[in-house]
Amino acid sequence: MNQHLIILPILLPMVGALTLLLMGKASFTTHRRVSVSLTAALVFISLLLLDRAASGELSFYGLGNWQAPFGIVLMLDRLSALMLTLTAVLALGCVLFASAGDDAKGSNFHGLFQLQLVGLNGAFLTGDLFNLFVFFEILLLASYALLMHGGGKARVGAGLHYVILNLAGSALFLIALGVLYGATGTLNMADMARRVATMTGDQSALVTAGALLLVVVFSLKAALLPLYFWLPRTYSAAPAPVAALFAIMTKVGLYAILRVQTMIFVDSSAAGGITAWLWWSGLATIVLAAVGVLAARDLRPLIAYLVLVSVGTLLAGAALGTPEATTALLYYLPHTTLICGALFLIAEMIGQQRGKAGTRLVRARRLHQRHLLGGMFLLAAVAVAGLPPLAGALGKLLLMQAAEGSARLWLWPLLLLAGLCALIAMSRAGSVFFWASYKGEVATGKVSRAQLAGVLWLLASAPLLVVFGGPVSAYTQAAAEQLANPQEPIRQLLGDDPAREIVQFQETTGEAP
Amino acid sequence: MEALFSLVVGVLSASGLYLLLRGRTFPVIVGLALLGYAVNLFLFSTGGLNTHAAAVIGESISPTDPLPQALVLTAIVIGFAMTAFVVILAIRARSELGSDHVDGQQGEEGDVSR
Repeated sequence: MNQHLIILPILLPMVGALTLLLMGKASFTTHRRVSVSLTAALVFISLLLLDRAASGELSFYGLGNWQAPFGIVLMLDRLSALMLTLTAVLALGCVLFASAGDDAKGSNFHGLFQLQLVGLNGAFLTGDLFNLFVFFEILLLASYALLMHGGGKARVGAGLHYVILNLAGSALFLIALGVLYGATGTLNMADMARRVATMTGDQSALVTAGALLLVVVFSLKAALLPLYFWLPRTYSAAPAPVAALFAIMTKVGLYAILRVQTMIFVDSSAAGGITAWLWWSGLATIVLAAVGVLAARDLRPLIAYLVLVSVGTLLAGAALGTPEATTALLYYLPHTTLICGALFLIAEMIGQQRGKAGTRLVRARRLHQRHLLGGMFLLAAVAVAGLPPLAGALGKLLLMQAAEGSARLWLWPLLLLAGLCALIAMSRAGSVFFWASYKGEVATGKVSRAQLAGVLWLLASAPLLVVFGGPVSAYTQAAAEQLANPQEPIRQLLGDDPAREIVQFQETTGEAP
Repeated sequence: MEALFSLVVGVLSASGLYLLLRGRTFPVIVGLALLGYAVNLFLFSTGGLNTHAAAVIGESISPTDPLPQALVLTAIVIGFAMTAFVVILAIRARSELGSDHVDGQQGEEGDVSR
């Protein structure tokens, strides 16, 4: 049982999704109960896996007991355990929130939600590049349907762009995989890393091309500068619990970049190009997203731009490449994901109580529960702007400490100015929502208990990440050190001797294109 | 054979890319489909191009690499599902937005490339 634990984060939501889809006509209460308990179970399982990974043990799971590098292998290290836990925690908040009534606006919300979790968890666990593509497709397919949940002009319009863009991205992904397979003759990440390290000449040029193409695809998912224009519109059109879950989608791209950068292409000729591209695009993303934060006239796009600020920050951190920077960004990552998710949910609750004005930054009726909503908004705003005493400040501090030399010159002012822009925009939004209201009229509508539970569950992360800052940063540091030492998983998975037989097989079957 | 094959892949991706950049949903979908064909052919060729070589060891003197064929199958299945989905989505967008332009604009002024 213990050895099979690693496949459960994929299997459990998959079985759950099929059950939920087949249940069809059962009442919403049943759907909600099943979905919430499945997600809660997922939190429990990922905590178990986190505990296992924390000891530094690398776990591998050969699907169908096919041996690597021939079969598809799942790999659990500290980074993937962290991402799994983050996904499960965020998903529980979203599904609780959705159970308050958002799920009833369209069909099959919970089934699709669980399918999305299958894709996310699979992408974090897999140790095979083509399998990564398949899980990306699963999570994208579910996200297409979830994005359109409830229908409406804005959603269909934004959805069309999102779908077409991601289909083009998938085509690029396949081309990159084809190039890499042609050059290396393998798709297993560990095996590919070993072969890339010994590659020279033409093959090495092919690997560089493939690596850069892969990074372009992952940048599209992560919404890095020239490829982010889809994000604000899509995220602001999506239903609130879906937008909140989408907060992790950009981090899938980041995870994939981190994984291939640290494991496969660390010593290859592509490494320099990847780092430079990530660094400058990351910084430019911070700048443009900060401008977007200030320019947004509606709370939802504003939050979407805040997501972009965090993406830029994280990718610039990834470009630094030192273990300190990775420590910092892995500490900042859970915080920013959960808070951005919570902000989307809070925006929905504010919109519900403002009648026609919705989340637009205009004068409207007074909110019914302004103290409760105002308190939560304040907490989230402080957290997202990166002010002390919450975890955002710590994460940014760690990241700024990790930057050295001329990198410091660029990162410090940009990061601090982006924080300032977030602060200004959030204070402006807050004063409009909670103070600039018409006298007398009070809007109706009340926050339901499930919505409150979902938001508080996510918001609790901000103080908790500070209180447990020591253990968490120790964990992320250990994760960064594990990532900085890619030889260990390769040796554990494939043994010490290079697989000569496969190389010979390649030679006899004719030249690679 | 290599030259012909690469020419076909190149022409397919170029036409796919051109159609992908058009303003109406139908050319865009056809473009995506063409791009998908190009990608599938390209994936198929990554194991090396052979004639009279089965993907089963023992069936022919030099067996061809079976993995790209498996990859192409997966990619075809996913691509097929995606095309079906995006066609339905385009029809939905046509009825909801009242236009088949990707930006939902009315009339001809949105169709710059004509």
